Amino acid sequence: MTELTPVLSAHWDEKDSFTIAAYKRHGGYKAAAKALKMEPDAVIQLVKDSGLRGRGGAGFPTGMKWGFIPQGDNKDHYLVVNADESEPGTCKDMPLLMANPHVLIEGMIIASYAIRAKYAFVYVRGEVAHVVRRLQQAIEDAYAAGHVGKNIFKSGYDLEIVLHVGAGAYICGEETALLDSLEGFRGQPRLRPPFPAIAGLYARPTVVNNVESIASVPAIIANGAEWFSAMGTEKSKGMTLYSLSGHVTNPGQFEAPLGITLREILELAGGVREGHSLKFWTPGGSSTPLFTVDHLDTPLDYEGVSAAGSMLGTKALQIFDETTCVVRAVLRWTEFYKHESCGKCTPCREGTWWLVQILRDLEGGTGTAADLDKLLDLCDNIMGRSFCALGDGATSPITSSIKYFRDEYIAHVTHKGCPFDSHASTLFASAKAGA
Amino acid sequence: MAYSKQELSVMDTMIARYPRPRSAIMPLLHYVQSLAGYVTNDGIEEIALKLNIATAEVSAVATFYTQYKRKPMGEYHVGVCTNTLCAVMGGDEILAGLKDHLGLENDGVTADGKISIEHIECNAACDYAPVVMANWEFYDNQTVQSAKDLVDSMRKGKPIAPTRGPDALPTWKQNSALLAGLNDGHANEGVQAGEPSLLGLKLSKKGSKK
Ligand SMILES: Cc1cc2nc3c(=O)[nH]c(=O)nc-3n(C[C@H](O)[C@H](O)[C@H](O)COP(=O)(O)O)c2cc1C
Ligand code: SF4
Ligand code: FES
Repeated sequence: MTELTPVLSAHWDEKDSFTIAAYKRHGGYKAAAKALKMEPDAVIQLVKDSGLRGRGGAGFPTGMKWGFIPQGDNKDHYLVVNADESEPGTCKDMPLLMANPHVLIEGMIIASYAIRAKYAFVYVRGEVAHVVRRLQQAIEDAYAAGHVGKNIFKSGYDLEIVLHVGAGAYICGEETALLDSLEGFRGQPRLRPPFPAIAGLYARPTVVNNVESIASVPAIIANGAEWFSAMGTEKSKGMTLYSLSGHVTNPGQFEAPLGITLREILELAGGVREGHSLKFWTPGGSSTPLFTVDHLDTPLDYEGVSAAGSMLGTKALQIFDETTCVVRAVLRWTEFYKHESCGKCTPCREGTWWLVQILRDLEGGTGTAADLDKLLDLCDNIMGRSFCALGDGATSPITSSIKYFRDEYIAHVTHKGCPFDSHASTLFASAKAGA
Repeated sequence: MAYSKQELSVMDTMIARYPRPRSAIMPLLHYVQSLAGYVTNDGIEEIALKLNIATAEVSAVATFYTQYKRKPMGEYHVGVCTNTLCAVMGGDEILAGLKDHLGLENDGVTADGKISIEHIECNAACDYAPVVMANWEFYDNQTVQSAKDLVDSMRKGKPIAPTRGPDALPTWKQNSALLAGLNDGHANEGVQAGEPSLLGLKLSKKGSKK
């Protein structure tokens, strides 16, 4: 049985965990003071040695990303933290920021110093007022304590941190769309190369990292690379936040070493809700192909999940039991992608529109068996042909659900509509059954 | 509406935060929304003037993002998450129940201007599903009845407090100012975390005591 390893979440149970006083009570800002006494390149090397990989979805090695920033180029460098967290199912960064915004700020100080940036931004989604408040206050308190601003930790190093609040657009989580948005434009992805490390914000070398990636850095500096890499699996090191939601007895956050399985997490969570059984789940948000009961023992690390045909993504474990109609679930996600498509490229803009039409026909009872091939054909034309990963992600729920639940799609054709009672999948139904 | 000297100077402080002025367009849009309740033509003109760009460029940005509204919203703007997970867990029934209760369609506003409603996408709180947001504050673990009670409390002018948020629900305009970057002093209110956020930590502490 894998042991839980609360590091980021270690003090969330203290009522004032979000204040600078509480953060310092547990040694907060000592890692930044330590890092600022090191050579910036030594900080990058330490993060490389730890094996930390980006927690925003793709799992790119964080230290390597920092190492791509050209040095001695006499240009401004920027750090941008991606706190847009809008991938359906993903719900780890917002509770982290609400309970402990200072760990992000300390991580930003260390990362900015390592990549020689004098400006750092947090791009937080706009639909989370209280998270915005906590971050705002934390940044002000860090300035007041002399940890951000001029000559911080008396090291001669200057750093400005700016909180930038989004306004409701999933695509702004894509790092180049985020940069366009931060520059004051519509958030649409950019052509790569050049990558942000060469020409990012204001066409200057820029690192974009997820909240959890940067928040993991202070503990690595404090405890060492070996401490971190002792957790996890061969190529997926460290602890991470797994977010369990849906038809389970107790949903919530589980901080564990990479490689834990859903079977283990479900056991901790008291299993699937009483009287029901697991039908399908996402390992890392709606853009990662669905899994079924056959994948309960898949190690939830980058390699394990890929080998089983999906992606670790954001470790957003959304659990659906046998009362859930997979066609309804997939239609709803597809409507999301259609709505959030930024419209820049044709395969995604037109493709997601057609996917929705066909799925609506199936759900409404006017679909045919041939529609399944049409769906797969459309997905084939979107996947790999879209300008950014949003288009690819839109195909994941469709292709994976047809792979595992083709019969259920066909049942919508023969039944001339959805054979499920949608009320049975609500929490209210289970409350009644339990009473 | 012409902006007051004080309002114009607030706009200047927003612009001064960034290395380049144009980056301030989003906080400026949140700010003009906080003054009128939505992004007015006056607001767009003022932002264009301040940033020295065309009004069409400001409109292009304003219309790209769903949180900027081009018509007045209610004093309390209610968003029901109907992305897949919340929808399945009860969000669809909550939205239908609220529309019926208020006699509103999606994006509708009550005649008295108190309450508006829209369906929203995943709000990063799935472990608290079904989720309802009011003026972008969290109302976790909702039922059809609790959501109706919430809007009823708004009608009476005494809204129920958010589950993870400040002690009292701010108005739409007040929270738009917050999103523009103006600290309202409520950061220390409310819980640090809800039960689901603490589940793994609690189990780990229990486990290590054995
Ligand atoms: C449509 C789309 C949405 C994304 N949303 C987010 C997000 O909300 N947060 C995030 O950190 N990364 C998101 N990403 C991934 C980012 O583009 C980027 O890979 C990540 O921020 C890099 O950080 P990391 O290396 O620390 O993981 C998204 C990508 C796509 C294609
Ligand atoms: S894939 Fe979709 S979101 Fe990405 S650039 Fe194309 S239209 Fe925009
Ligand atoms: S699906 Fe509703 S908060 Fe995530």
